[in-house]
Amino acid sequence: MALDDRKSQFTFVGTSPDRPDGLDKVTGRAKYGADAYAPGMLHGAILRSPHAHARIVKIDTSKAEAHKDVKAVVTRADFAKVPFKPGLEGEFWNVLENVMAGDKALYDGHAVAAVAATSALSARDALKLIDVEYEVLPHVTDVDKAMAPDAPVIREGAADYSVPEGMHPNVVRYHESGHGDVEAGFAEADLVIEDRFVTEATHQGYIEPHACLASLGNDGKGELWCTTQGHWIAQKTCAALLGIETAQLRVSASEIGGGFGGKTTVFIEPVALALSRKANRPVKIVMTRSEVFRATGPTSSASMDVKIGMKKDGTISAAQGVFRLQGGAFPGAPGDLTAMCAFAPYNLTNVKQTGYDVMSNRPKQAAYRAPGAPMAAFAVESVIDEMCNELGLDPVEVRLKNAAHEGTKASFGPRYERIGLVETLEAAKAHPHYSAPLKPGQGRGISCGFWFNHGGETSVSLALSEDGSAQLMVGTPDIGGSRASMALMAAEVLGIPYENIRVTIADTATLGYNDVSHGSRVTYASGLATIKAAHHAVEKLCERAAAKWGIPVDAVKWENGCAVPSGSNAGDFDPMPLADITADMGSTGGPISGHFEATPEGAGVSFGTHIVDAEVDPETGKTSITRYTVIQDAGKAIHPSYVEGQFQGGAAQGIGWALNEEYVYGEDGRLQNSIFLDYRVPVASDLPMIDTVIVEVPNPGHPFGVRGVGETGIVPPLAAIANAVSNAAGVRMRQLPMSPPRILAALKGNG
Amino acid sequence: MSKFHVTTQVNGDEVEFLCDPRETLLDCLRDKLNLTGAKEGCGTGDCGACSVSVDGRLVCSCLMLGVEAEGKTIETVEGLADGEVLHPLQQKFIERAALQCGICTPGILVAAKALLEKNPDPTEEETRYWLAGNLCRCTGYDKIIRAVMETAAEMREAS
Repeated sequence: MALDDRKSQFTFVGTSPDRPDGLDKVTGRAKYGADAYAPGMLHGAILRSPHAHARIVKIDTSKAEAHKDVKAVVTRADFAKVPFKPGLEGEFWNVLENVMAGDKALYDGHAVAAVAATSALSARDALKLIDVEYEVLPHVTDVDKAMAPDAPVIREGAADYSVPEGMHPNVVRYHESGHGDVEAGFAEADLVIEDRFVTEATHQGYIEPHACLASLGNDGKGELWCTTQGHWIAQKTCAALLGIETAQLRVSASEIGGGFGGKTTVFIEPVALALSRKANRPVKIVMTRSEVFRATGPTSSASMDVKIGMKKDGTISAAQGVFRLQGGAFPGAPGDLTAMCAFAPYNLTNVKQTGYDVMSNRPKQAAYRAPGAPMAAFAVESVIDEMCNELGLDPVEVRLKNAAHEGTKASFGPRYERIGLVETLEAAKAHPHYSAPLKPGQGRGISCGFWFNHGGETSVSLALSEDGSAQLMVGTPDIGGSRASMALMAAEVLGIPYENIRVTIADTATLGYNDVSHGSRVTYASGLATIKAAHHAVEKLCERAAAKWGIPVDAVKWENGCAVPSGSNAGDFDPMPLADITADMGSTGGPISGHFEATPEGAGVSFGTHIVDAEVDPETGKTSITRYTVIQDAGKAIHPSYVEGQFQGGAAQGIGWALNEEYVYGEDGRLQNSIFLDYRVPVASDLPMIDTVIVEVPNPGHPFGVRGVGETGIVPPLAAIANAVSNAAGVRMRQLPMSPPRILAALKGNG
Repeated sequence: MSKFHVTTQVNGDEVEFLCDPRETLLDCLRDKLNLTGAKEGCGTGDCGACSVSVDGRLVCSCLMLGVEAEGKTIETVEGLADGEVLHPLQQKFIERAALQCGICTPGILVAAKALLEKNPDPTEEETRYWLAGNLCRCTGYDKIIRAVMETAAEMREAS
């Protein structure tokens, strides 16, 4: 990709105009997943296993089928016969098995049957009429116990080629990487610290439960409306699970009420389609909050060992980590990503990381904002903090001393292009927060964080109207204001006002394939695609102007929304505005549109540094976050207000993860806290204002320099808060969440 | 089970519907009156996405039965704007990027309006505690709190 079109000065980019969908969203008229209704619609409900692990001996649906309001009942037999393959090779099989159990229920909440009835109440009543005979099996929900020799086997044959011989069958993927000689590095160190860290699973906690409205006939043609981060993956997956052709299923993405990675797959959508096909009527399913907690993706829980060697001057001589990630009853826990992210911020001579993907009797983990990276950072950045304390070194200086920069060989292999870690650390050092005095009982923590960012398959289409306005179709659902950033980038290239551009999230029938809104890819990849599509349209605009003027097209350039003659032999013509060209485009060659279809691969990695002050009440063990500053490299902030919003939101979720949130399983393997009262996410009164600093070190892989910003913001908080709490309490916290009972126990242990 | 006939007032309009005694006010607003601005985020009164005003009192409509709406005066997010003129809170939320995904926004706007009616000059702490029943997972609340307090200041100046 040629980057010679990068601008040093922008007209629209970098401003924060009102979002195009703002009015709909403050008036209640924006349509989210549960806000769709269809003529003749039925309501679906799903029966879920009360057992963590059980063989399904028999399902008797006859009484439910006889209920006067019930129009269809489905079980696994109503889905396609997708072949089982090991590891992630057989992801369609894994998803099918997750959305409707086969021979075994694999976790508390696993779907086993579903009904469609004329009302939501009747559907729920009818579930009680389904008799399931279970043979309860031994279960395991803890990652270390799931790897132990005597652990119950979740599924034989699920491991892929990467797993060394002799490991428990619950270990399904193995990752090892690094460079140098860590043993030699530890021998050179003046101080070596090795510690074990544990984090619990947390839920993405989007406020909108999963919801969909499905319609499918026995002709194999269907329509699906759902709340999703990616409707093309929903299309592809549902088609495979229902045994229909992908193109015959049109999927429309509703407005999405939060996802954070948790809406990158399907749960209820194939079930609603199967019910609809059987009943021959549209079927709507809306999850309850309890279903969301029990049966949709939380993060992995993790157990980690990190060992770091440091010289007296703060140089890290070696680093080693073992990361065990529990991902529920299916392969996919990010053992590899966790390991790869762990030491990514640092320029290391000797580094080795190992990751395990481990199955247990819990719901299938789903991505949650930089999956794996926050846990890894918690372990690594805690050890670095301990070492700084022990050696009497400044934690920012030590990180600066070891920071990765352009040309550094990353811990996970490649050499970095231009990156902005050092700039975030310098900004942290210069920030008034870092030198502000602390009150008694308070502690300060800092942490760096890294995330890869992602490109992904992307299609964008831009069409000009006769009056000079533009409609832009993108395929990445707008979770946090991306319509605004797309319109800003299109306006920048076209040179027409932001307000003259209408951005639509196109359905699967009206645009080519688009990867999910994940990997912090939307502003990068859909943004790049938008810029390229706009350039494509501009080329055509210049052709039309050249034809009108009777000069060669290479004698026309595009400036401030007008075609202008350029070069010595171009002739003397007044600038021709876009609207003058589109006004008669029907007679000068037809409609003018621009397209982009490709897989951008220059996403540009992202780094951040957080500073946090915490106050620990020694009587109750309660922690208050008294001050928080997020510093992150955005490459180029297209819409700075929404960039700040991503930083603040990531920090808030990290605060919840660090202090409160956790999946609590009983001895019986059942989830104990499946409502928001018991699974407590941060509320307004828990948090301070969250200060932000946007660092801009342009990404060489994007025309305007954009790096994704969505995920990196959740990477440093766990460690930064743990460091602050540990410094405040005078005792090192190595297990999350740092809930009041855990802090009290640690204080007692210390005393 | 036979249904109950309920007559009530929503956003100034007299409306009637039939409801099962197990259906919540939120179910009735959404499924019978097509007022889908109020959202069900939890169904247990913990998230506030279904916040509405009933006889001037802020309630979670998922915790109130539809039959209890008989004879009441209800206001939802759909009733906040005055014709084409947005309520100052609505306008400020757009201007200050105080929403990301927007699912919590209707409930937060209804709750914030109730706060400003009770207390036109809330401190940051009062605002945070008043809105503690409205979960937002995207914003970290920073821009929401600022938008509410800025709106309060402007409404005080205007009055």
